[in-house]
Amino acid sequence: MGAELVVETAGLGRTFGKLVAVRDVSLSVRRGEIFGILGPNGAGKSTTIRMLCGLLTPTSGRGTVAGFDIASEPEKVKTRIGYMTQRFSLYEDLTVRENLLFYAGLYGLSGARRRERVAEVLARNGLEDRRDQLAGTLSGGWKQRVALACAMLHEPPLVFLDEPTAGVDPVSRRAFWEEIHRIATEGTTVIVTTHYMDEAERCHRLAFVFRGALLDTGTPAEILARRALRVAEVDCAARPVLDALRADRRVEEVAPFGARLRVTTRREHDPAALVREAMAAAGVAGDGPVEVRANLEDAFVSMVRDDARRA
Amino acid sequence: MTRLLAIAWKELLQLRRDRLTLAMMVMLPIVQIVLFGWAIDTDVRHIPTTVLDQDRTAASRELAASLMATGSCDPVGEVRDPAELSAALRSGRAKVGLVIPARYAERLALGRPAAVQLVVDGSDPQSVASATSAAGGLVAQRAMAMVLARAGAREAPLSLESTTWYNPDLRTAVNVVPGLVGVILTMTMVMLTAMAVARERERGTLEQLVVSPIRKWELVVGKILPFVMIGYVQMTLVLIAGYVVFDVPVVGSLPLLYALAFGFIAANLALGLFFSTLARTQQQAMQMSFFFLLPNILLSGFMFPREGMPRPAQWLSEALPLTHFLKIIRGIALRGAGFDDLQGSLLRLAVILAVLVTLTSLRFRKNLA
Repeated sequence: MGAELVVETAGLGRTFGKLVAVRDVSLSVRRGEIFGILGPNGAGKSTTIRMLCGLLTPTSGRGTVAGFDIASEPEKVKTRIGYMTQRFSLYEDLTVRENLLFYAGLYGLSGARRRERVAEVLARNGLEDRRDQLAGTLSGGWKQRVALACAMLHEPPLVFLDEPTAGVDPVSRRAFWEEIHRIATEGTTVIVTTHYMDEAERCHRLAFVFRGALLDTGTPAEILARRALRVAEVDCAARPVLDALRADRRVEEVAPFGARLRVTTRREHDPAALVREAMAAAGVAGDGPVEVRANLEDAFVSMVRDDARRA
Repeated sequence: MTRLLAIAWKELLQLRRDRLTLAMMVMLPIVQIVLFGWAIDTDVRHIPTTVLDQDRTAASRELAASLMATGSCDPVGEVRDPAELSAALRSGRAKVGLVIPARYAERLALGRPAAVQLVVDGSDPQSVASATSAAGGLVAQRAMAMVLARAGAREAPLSLESTTWYNPDLRTAVNVVPGLVGVILTMTMVMLTAMAVARERERGTLEQLVVSPIRKWELVVGKILPFVMIGYVQMTLVLIAGYVVFDVPVVGSLPLLYALAFGFIAANLALGLFFSTLARTQQQAMQMSFFFLLPNILLSGFMFPREGMPRPAQWLSEALPLTHFLKIIRGIALRGAGFDDLQGSLLRLAVILAVLVTLTSLRFRKNLA
């Protein structure tokens, strides 16, 4: 690839007293990439992001963001990044335009340059009709757009989005991801944390974080290939079948989805065959299982299980 | 500087949108000045007084009448015996009872010593104090006149001529109006800053500020700058209202007063910021500010003279910025004091300010990261 690295960390870690929040995280994020950080709450996502933003000093390892060292030059890092949280930190009692003007000033834009940039951003995001509306009266989707516009005002080469779509309706979510892709094509690097697996699939590359450690990193395809999982789905949720599959050591995971079962195994086993076996043994008739493509959720669950087994 | 101004500008915009708070900040000084200036008068007059006249002579009636004429006491009818007197005091119908014994006039005429008794309701010490001193003065004056007449002299060998400076009519408003400037500033400055930061924390916008390249001092100064302006507006309002309504002028130098008020305003803002580092919500910030206000009103010397307080209370009040500001503003506004006269209070205020600023910046640093 040889593309310019916007974020590069080696062995990054942070402890709070005896608690190890993050350990040994080595990442590299290229320019123009959408990089997803996945993991359950409390896995160390926020701590990692806070270190990358220059808010927390790492207790071990090192890292550079946008060309600056996060430990020794956090103030310079802050000028080169945009940041948007799940709570869309807008001032609800200010209008859209006032919010933009404020954030522009906060990032050191002044005078004509500030007004120019705000006008530009308003036009670009289709916010002109709403410029004098109080931010508190906007719908979730619009708030999110304004918040993103605020984070992008100073044209940072890198923007952090911390669970930006939590609590936003699916249509707005999709529109928001289109915006993320547009930003990335224009050369801005995006680092995004999320819980949603469909969003994870839309990232160029991913990092799975669990219990403070990096479990895996790579493109969605690479991660799936490394897990080497096979999945079968069957229209049968009979209890004996479920129990039999759960007891089977060759089966990685059995998850009921309504009236269906989703059965995951390693590559060396055939999940469909195992399901048929279990159905026959339990004397349950029904349509045969169908093998489907493994997704990131399957990969993530399997990684977490492996990790738990090791611990 | 751009960043600092952005914060101050935003703070002003938010204030302008928050009509209720804005109205409160303007109304508060006006309501307070009316309440404290009119309603509160420590110079108690017209105390309900009853008379138990056991002599029933012209002389005894004249004595009772002249006590009422001092203005401190108001007659609420006579009682016939000691039992009725105690009933009148117990029921609260009278707070003071003048008892003139039988043969009062006779003893006076014979040149024999006579004694009259004043019974006062001590459950309300402040209100009866002026009756006691009025009666005491009256009786002493009469006794002196009798002695002089007997000795054939025309003037007393020793007399006191007391002159009251700065507030010759001893009006309470004169003492209260400058004090109110301090109380109102304490109330609003602490509360506004504490709540302004707590609000950002509550709404999650503080996090957004922390990730931005703004430096902590820019954030702090930008946030409190608008409040400094509000503080000066409030101070001006109270002083104008005090002058127009209560005729309380500022005798000393106004520029000096405004300059020195900055130290006091800054101390309160620092305290407000300190509270904001402790409070998680706006409500907690508000409660803390109210909790802080009470000792200020009671101990600072605003309502009750500090000289009468026990030692520990006096020490405690030394730590309150208001205590020292009251000395400064009363000194300048009422007595025309200059910088040199106020050095002691200024030094103490400076120490408090330094401690508060240090404490707050330490807390603030730890708390934000």
